[in-house]
Amino acid sequence: MKEPRGRFLDELVSDLHGEPPPRREVLKWMGASVGLAGVTGCTRQPVEPIVPWGAAPEATIPGKPRWFATTLPASGGSLGVLVESHDGRPTKIEGNPDHPTSRGAVDAVGQAAVLGLYDPDRSQVVNRAGQVSTWEAFETEWARLLEEQAARRGAGLRFLSPPLTSPTAADQVRRLRRKFPLARWHQYEAANRDHVRAGALAAFGADSQGLLRLDRASVVLALDSDFLVRGPGAVRHARDFAQRRRETLAQDEPLRLYAVESTPTLTGGRADHRLAVPPQHFESVARRLAAKLGVAGVDPGAVPELARAEAWLDAVVSDLQSHRGRALVTVGEEQSASVHTLVHRINKALGAVGQTLELIDPVDPDPVDQTRSLAELCEAMRSGSVEVLVISGANPVYDAPADLGFAEALEHVPTRIHHGLYDDETADRCHWHLPGTHVLEEWSDARAHDGTASLIQPLIAPLYGGRSLHELLALAAGDETTSGYEIVRDFWSRELPGAVTFDSRWREWLHAGVIPDTAFPTRNRTASDAPLEFAEAGPPAGLEVVFRTDPTIGDGRLANCAWLQELPKPLTLTTWDNTAWISAATAAELGIENGDELRLRAADAEATSAAWIVEGQPDGTITVHLGYGRRRAGSVGTGAGTDLYPLRTVDSPWLRTDVTVERTGERIAIACTQTHHSMEGRDIVRTQKVSELRAEDGHDAAHGEEAEGGHGSHHPDLLTPHEYDGHAWGMVIDIASCTGCSACVVACQSENNIPVVGKEEVLLGREMHWLRVDRYYEEQEGEQRVHHQPVPCMHCEQAPCEVVCPVAATTHSDEGLNEMTYNRCVGTRYCANNCPYKVRRFNFFQYADTRTESLALLANPDVTVRTRGVMEKCTYCVQRINQARIEAKREGREVREGEVVTACQATCPAQAISFGDLNDPDSAVSRARRDARNYGLLEELNTKPRTTYLTQVTNPNEELGAS
Amino acid sequence: MTDSTPTAPTGSGRPPVIEPGHSLSSVTDKISSIVLTRRTSLAWFVGLGFSLALASVLLLSIVVLVLKGTGIWGLNNPVAWGFAIINFVWWIGIGHAGTLISAILLLLKQEWRTSINRFAEAMTLFAVSCAGLYPLLHVGRPWLAYWLLPYPNTMGMWPQFRSPLIWDVFAVSTYATVSLLFWYVGLIPDLATLRDRSQNKIGRVVYGAAAMGWRGAARHWTRYETAYLLLAGLATPLVVSVHTVVSFDFAVSVIPGWHATIFPPYFVAGAIFSGFAMVMTLAIPLRSVFGLEGFITDRHLSNMAKVMLATGLIVVYGYAMEIFTAWYSGAPAEQYMVANRFFGPYAPQFWALLFCNGVVPQLMWFQKVRRKVWLLFLISIVINVGMWLERFIIVVTSLHRDYLPSSWGMYSPTFWDWAMYIGSIGLFFTLLLLFIRFLPMISIFEMRTLLPGAQGSSHDEGDEH
Repeated sequence: MKEPRGRFLDELVSDLHGEPPPRREVLKWMGASVGLAGVTGCTRQPVEPIVPWGAAPEATIPGKPRWFATTLPASGGSLGVLVESHDGRPTKIEGNPDHPTSRGAVDAVGQAAVLGLYDPDRSQVVNRAGQVSTWEAFETEWARLLEEQAARRGAGLRFLSPPLTSPTAADQVRRLRRKFPLARWHQYEAANRDHVRAGALAAFGADSQGLLRLDRASVVLALDSDFLVRGPGAVRHARDFAQRRRETLAQDEPLRLYAVESTPTLTGGRADHRLAVPPQHFESVARRLAAKLGVAGVDPGAVPELARAEAWLDAVVSDLQSHRGRALVTVGEEQSASVHTLVHRINKALGAVGQTLELIDPVDPDPVDQTRSLAELCEAMRSGSVEVLVISGANPVYDAPADLGFAEALEHVPTRIHHGLYDDETADRCHWHLPGTHVLEEWSDARAHDGTASLIQPLIAPLYGGRSLHELLALAAGDETTSGYEIVRDFWSRELPGAVTFDSRWREWLHAGVIPDTAFPTRNRTASDAPLEFAEAGPPAGLEVVFRTDPTIGDGRLANCAWLQELPKPLTLTTWDNTAWISAATAAELGIENGDELRLRAADAEATSAAWIVEGQPDGTITVHLGYGRRRAGSVGTGAGTDLYPLRTVDSPWLRTDVTVERTGERIAIACTQTHHSMEGRDIVRTQKVSELRAEDGHDAAHGEEAEGGHGSHHPDLLTPHEYDGHAWGMVIDIASCTGCSACVVACQSENNIPVVGKEEVLLGREMHWLRVDRYYEEQEGEQRVHHQPVPCMHCEQAPCEVVCPVAATTHSDEGLNEMTYNRCVGTRYCANNCPYKVRRFNFFQYADTRTESLALLANPDVTVRTRGVMEKCTYCVQRINQARIEAKREGREVREGEVVTACQATCPAQAISFGDLNDPDSAVSRARRDARNYGLLEELNTKPRTTYLTQVTNPNEELGAS
Repeated sequence: MTDSTPTAPTGSGRPPVIEPGHSLSSVTDKISSIVLTRRTSLAWFVGLGFSLALASVLLLSIVVLVLKGTGIWGLNNPVAWGFAIINFVWWIGIGHAGTLISAILLLLKQEWRTSINRFAEAMTLFAVSCAGLYPLLHVGRPWLAYWLLPYPNTMGMWPQFRSPLIWDVFAVSTYATVSLLFWYVGLIPDLATLRDRSQNKIGRVVYGAAAMGWRGAARHWTRYETAYLLLAGLATPLVVSVHTVVSFDFAVSVIPGWHATIFPPYFVAGAIFSGFAMVMTLAIPLRSVFGLEGFITDRHLSNMAKVMLATGLIVVYGYAMEIFTAWYSGAPAEQYMVANRFFGPYAPQFWALLFCNGVVPQLMWFQKVRRKVWLLFLISIVINVGMWLERFIIVVTSLHRDYLPSSWGMYSPTFWDWAMYIGSIGLFFTLLLLFIRFLPMISIFEMRTLLPGAQGSSHDEGDEH
């Protein structure tokens, strides 16, 4: 599929030196290679004199990208990736096929990592009380502090970080605490897994992480669980789910998904049946479900409001029960610990454990109750026992629960040190700010959602003199070794001693991106049957307010990432702002319209958010999104949206029932990329039921044949169709597999140097994404369905855009691509008008940022950066086609099937996109075209699109059909 | 000229096309005095000052446009064409009346055209100048707009001849060239008159050079007649072709609301409709300011009103056919387009258009209305607005909601959209005011042929001066 990964960095360094050199040497050589490769204008200048590249490392071809395996860490599971490096600068993230979470795919956040690396707003210097300082100055200061603390065994020393994901870091922390037994390490992140942990502890007496085996499931029930898109293993879940569904479509019992949700999610959107339940009744639903499934020790309770849901639950229960061993119930991280415990028992009752659900030890090396951990820190700070606080990577001043009063407590600490990528809200209140390293600049390690360990290796020397957490920890502990490389390597040589020399294994691990056979063993744990206590929640005092992290920028750490800011949030297609979701009925009741600013007032705090009416939102419930309203995020994130953290408390981080809502009278302009939600009865997303598919099977052959002629069009035509003798590139997108996660949009943006235009321009309707994911709502047999339809250029064989261009700037290639010649384009925009799919994008201004030095490094050198006044659009990643063609020609062969993989296709976790040569009858794309589900969008216009779709498929439970 | 005016105009029993009492020299005096002897009125200076101010807004908006980009307009993804194209079509349409009056009515021997053809032609030229600005400036990279011309170049590239925009380039440039020639050739005898009557040296030199040595010799007149007739013949098909080609910009596309075979005739009729409206809008104040009621008589206005009524009905027929076709096609996108025009977000504009172009012109069925100058003036303004709205509706409502509802959007003009539109009106009036001040706005020698008894002796007048 892609280039051999080349040789990893370590090997390159070894070639140059014979021995693995110390860190500074590594950096020097990396710097030299970057400099020698002619990368100019980089903000980072190598400090060492440049050494001529006398003996170039083997297999280095100037201008040819190399690939390195590394890992993007996250709490609960990481994502293994391959990074494309052009002359020493990373430009593109792809999934690592060998990594158990990725399997070759990447999510939207992962795709955006390269932009985070080159973000010009990253902090670039050591900062002491607002003055530029140096690492040396800090080291001196730290040595003094350490001396003080050493005498008191670290009693006044505290650390705070997000949950540790690196086994090496956890090991360093353990060693640090051996040195300073009274020092404490706190962990906190806003969207934490406390409830998962507490639920598992209550069920099994031991912290456990569930491993969803969707590849074995037949019936899945998701309780407020967005497992296809968010949380550990989501990328893998999407793949397994889509694959299982595709494989079972033709079988007797196709995979069926149910969802019970207190706020709409993408996973709920994929469900065959979805039940919206207000959060106050959510526990009751879970209890009734458990009781119906015969879980012992559960009082079903009686909730008259849920009468309507009874029949629904009965049908689901009977479906689950008739698939014992192949049924699975999952629950979202935001649900209470009791619901998690309950679900463990339900899964036990369904015989899921060991089948569709495997239990492993928690993946994070040192899991704690984070909210409590942070609360303890606050208490200690207030009591004055904290003398030195080092905060690394966390931003509690912004995202700590409001009732902890973190910012105020922080003032009690005499020495406050912040280490991180940005000079953020927390850094602002610290005495020292130390620049951290981006994940693409550091040595580290992480574990996948199944426990498989993998290494993190730097792709580039730290751009701004940052140091990694490992290096900071080494410094903090006063260790001899302060090189991240040494620290990580040393840890793994101790962790996995073996017969083979460590050196060769280390190289293999780096090359593969994963350390083999390190997946956690399955634990055989049985949920206890002890009676469960449920807090009987009284009726809510006001509207129920559900908190969720933002669909694109998460808890706020990614707020300065313009790609994620401008990525339309999958369900609402809003950008650059967070919104408060409200159902149409409740909005009508309260006289609220889209964009009305709402004031959410609780006894102790208030916050505002812009209202947004969302299908599937339970009545009387408002879902607000965390992550916005950053005050010191950078030039992109500061000031965007509103901050909802002030409403969040320790006791109830995901739900508040004591909030009143009123309009402030202000209107907030929300930049939404799709304002129309209905298909207007047009034949845009075609939906079939599984039963209809079966009925069609008989006609399959005939249909396929018909579809084959003229690449899929069977409309009469006056013209003789053009013959494509060589390749005929085409794409098929399976709507039934697409989750709407939008990773493809960011992948396309990264691959094709697509500029960001900003909120004002999005408001005007000028977003530049070459690939968009359209979202439609449709009522089908009582179910409100949501469809996600990725729309790239259709590369029409009879392209309406081509005939109307007066200067022949958009033309047809002999392989069927509809090509744009930017140089030739004068910008009449006639092509965009005449495109029925509206996939063309125009540079109304100079959108591409060619002035910011660090962003120049980000650009893919294989793709032109467009200027003002020219039209652009999806090219089917023509640069990748050409690379494959060149490679094939060099080797004297034809381009092989699977050799050309477009950026969207490569990153799609659900493998919904197939691409290839339609002239090759055996190619995946040709096979998909012959599928009876294949259809062309607007094919009645006789445009003969090369991009076609496979229909949406639903698998409704007949028992629920009429309801 | 003799052949073209065989009958005395007053003999037809209809109101005269020139007021009784005029003699050969009074016609010449009256018309040439505006240019040569009469003191330039304050109104003219005020008008010119105002128009120049507006024209400088155009200049400013062009500067801003070139510096910043087309993004200063309200354009966006579904609506990639806006005011620029609307105004282009509107101005081109306005220009049509001039050519129609001077060429087609000449060939049809409608002698009443004589007193209005000169400034109608000038209006054509100025309107085409304004129109021509837009396609040049609306492109993303205006400095490369010359790539639309077929010329030998090192890129080895021709324009893409299948694109209606290339047809536009040829149609509009041909039209502009022929209109200019036609107008200029028609001016030559009068330029000679001005040269001869000019009281200062500058006038004599400038008008003299422009008159190209016209002496009024019989040979001159023979050649002039032939050339003028030929140009009239050349210009005639252009009246039909230009707006037909402009309509192809829309009709060739696949967009519902654009993709319609009725567009060419419907556009031509609309162009004549709006062109006559503009001629009337200009003629009514001009004749009263310069006391030309004797030349531009009520009968002229009445005749123009009849032309407007006729073409207006064709336009309304066009609207009806669009609706019928959408219904008959059964195509959901077409049907939606029509429904969206009637009831969508731009419905107010659409209803206003129906009022302006469909309802108001029906007043002109009544002779009483056709005789009321102020009412005609008002109607003509309403029609100008209506025809602008028509182009707005065609361009914007078709684009903003086409096939995929996911991509639907809205268009609203920005300050710079309006600045450029109003600025181009300023340019138009600047040119027009300069024209009426420095050139005879009514053809002197042709007017003389309309005088009773002018036949046979008309062309000797040239020697008189």
